[in-house]
Amino acid sequence: MRFAYDTSYRDSRRLLRWRADRAAYAVLVLLLLAAPFVLPVFYLGELTYLFIFALASLGLMVLTGYTGQVSLGHAAFIAIGAYAEALLLARGWPLPASLATASLLAGAAGLAVGMPAIRVSGLYLAMVTMAFAILVEHTLGHWSALTGGFTGMAVPDAKLFGISLTTPTGFYFLCLAVLAAVLLALINLMRAHLGRAFVGVRDSEAAAWGLGIHVPRVKVQAFALSAAITGLAGALMAHQTKYLTPDGFGMMLSMQLVLAVVIGGLGSLRGAILGALLIGLLPAFISHLKPILPDRIAKQFGLEIFVYGAVLVGFVLFEPMGLAGRWQKLRAFFESFPLYRRDTFRRAKTYMRSERHR
Amino acid sequence: MDAQLVQLLQLAINGISVGAIYALVALGLTLTYKATEVLNFAHGDLLMLASFIGWGLITALAWPFWLALPATIALVAAATTLLERGVMRRIAGQPQFAGVMLTIGLAFMIRGAVSMGFGPESRKFETPFSGHTTHFGPLVIADLNLAILGAVLAVTVALFIFLARTSLGVAIQAASQDQLAAYLSGIRVKRLNSLVWALAGALAALAGMLLAPITLVDISLWFVLLKSLAALVLGGFGSAPGAIVGGLLIGLIESFAGVYAPGSIKDVVAYIVLIVVLVVWPRGLLGEAHGKRV
Repeated sequence: MRFAYDTSYRDSRRLLRWRADRAAYAVLVLLLLAAPFVLPVFYLGELTYLFIFALASLGLMVLTGYTGQVSLGHAAFIAIGAYAEALLLARGWPLPASLATASLLAGAAGLAVGMPAIRVSGLYLAMVTMAFAILVEHTLGHWSALTGGFTGMAVPDAKLFGISLTTPTGFYFLCLAVLAAVLLALINLMRAHLGRAFVGVRDSEAAAWGLGIHVPRVKVQAFALSAAITGLAGALMAHQTKYLTPDGFGMMLSMQLVLAVVIGGLGSLRGAILGALLIGLLPAFISHLKPILPDRIAKQFGLEIFVYGAVLVGFVLFEPMGLAGRWQKLRAFFESFPLYRRDTFRRAKTYMRSERHR
Repeated sequence: MDAQLVQLLQLAINGISVGAIYALVALGLTLTYKATEVLNFAHGDLLMLASFIGWGLITALAWPFWLALPATIALVAAATTLLERGVMRRIAGQPQFAGVMLTIGLAFMIRGAVSMGFGPESRKFETPFSGHTTHFGPLVIADLNLAILGAVLAVTVALFIFLARTSLGVAIQAASQDQLAAYLSGIRVKRLNSLVWALAGALAALAGMLLAPITLVDISLWFVLLKSLAALVLGGFGSAPGAIVGGLLIGLIESFAGVYAPGSIKDVVAYIVLIVVLVVWPRGLLGEAHGKRV
């Protein structure tokens, strides 16, 4: 077992406290840096997509996992980011400026949705965001002059430091850098005043008010921050897909994000990454599964959605803490190995509680 | 009567008959929400499942409609009872969000299973009402729409009598107001919850059997759920009369928007209503007052 034995204040502020952690993360970084030179191009593209998806699910995690505001329509912000990126590049903006502006625009959209939406909470908020996403998809499809309508629009090629984003390696490193930067920023933000305020609002609005937190303002901030991160992911996704159509940003994408966040484990950045990896890899896994299944079942698109549903139901029923919770349990098991008590994480019996009057 | 008025009336009648379906779906959602505080996102998929079962019985097995209808309702009600007993009951006491996620997961599973079992093509089945119309003066109404209106009216009245006048119905109301207090006064809450889910499933099945002849038997039938959410919000969340009123209003709004609003606003007008009502007036038409308990 490891004991926190601090000899200075810096010790408790460190991101990675233990030597073993530092070694593990160093290995991870080396592996990620070496990946483009080892992996075939196809898998590199898949990995890049996973990074983008993880970025988007980090965005949703800030809102749903940390602030407790459910959004079933985050694909709208991805769409706004992606279309903004494509339109700005087409007007000749340089890549860093267009990425930042696309993210800011999505954030502004988040602010615009968040301001009225915080008047409602819980189920209502879920429905408002879902309806908003449907409206955005509809608008993108019918505003042909700007977005090319249902036929879609091509994303212009962009260059950063003289390297074209059409080369898989260059794009891989861009996405990796953005993901790492956002992740570090979020880890620190969640330990800072604003992050603590998010958690406070999630756990008890009344208590948060009592501690001097302006709850509506914090909620709107969470909304805007979440939308900005998701919009950034959308801008990167525009380069990944190279061609934008409205139905690429439909309800299924919103649901995949929610799935990633819930399956990863609400209230954990590690969970957002793990969940995104699992959900992002599921389609590939299913396509490997298809040759084994009878033809009649394997040919249907329903197989994928069925597996998504089954995974979600399984996690809600058997591991509500998600992959991050499972990770914690495994860790506790190994760290206290011979002394592990089986009931450490046992769930207390719960009774029906009304949330109708929140 | 002049042509303008006839057109208005015709639109109103079409709107009301579509709205009646929304109302039926919204009523089912309200029942489970009141009883177990779960907003059942799988309700639309249950409706879709029912329409496929109905197609299977009527077209594939060549059953008469009047035999297939109760059989479908019974099958779907049995399925929802099993769902409640096997799955939904396990998350009692967890945050509302868990219920949303669980029902979305179930919805995906139903949708996937139906798609794998039946394939992507849409189908249709015949009812005794299909293809006939009735004339009221200058108005022409499809018999199917009349049947929908009649069925929804009958079911609503029966349901209200059941909930208000029978001891079982009163027990359901008690349990939906306070489960613990109801349990302590000797009401078998678990059993009642199963019953409520079965009722909601039966309503979904009826709505599916009524909706499928107008549209088609297709996977995308579950989309009715989203329109019904708008109805639910407009009428006031958690209020059964509100669900009916909201459903009819959404149907009317859609029907008129299809003619008088520009472009393709008809497709999304329900969602615009949903957002506006929730943001401006979250209580809805007939909703209960929202108190805040600390």
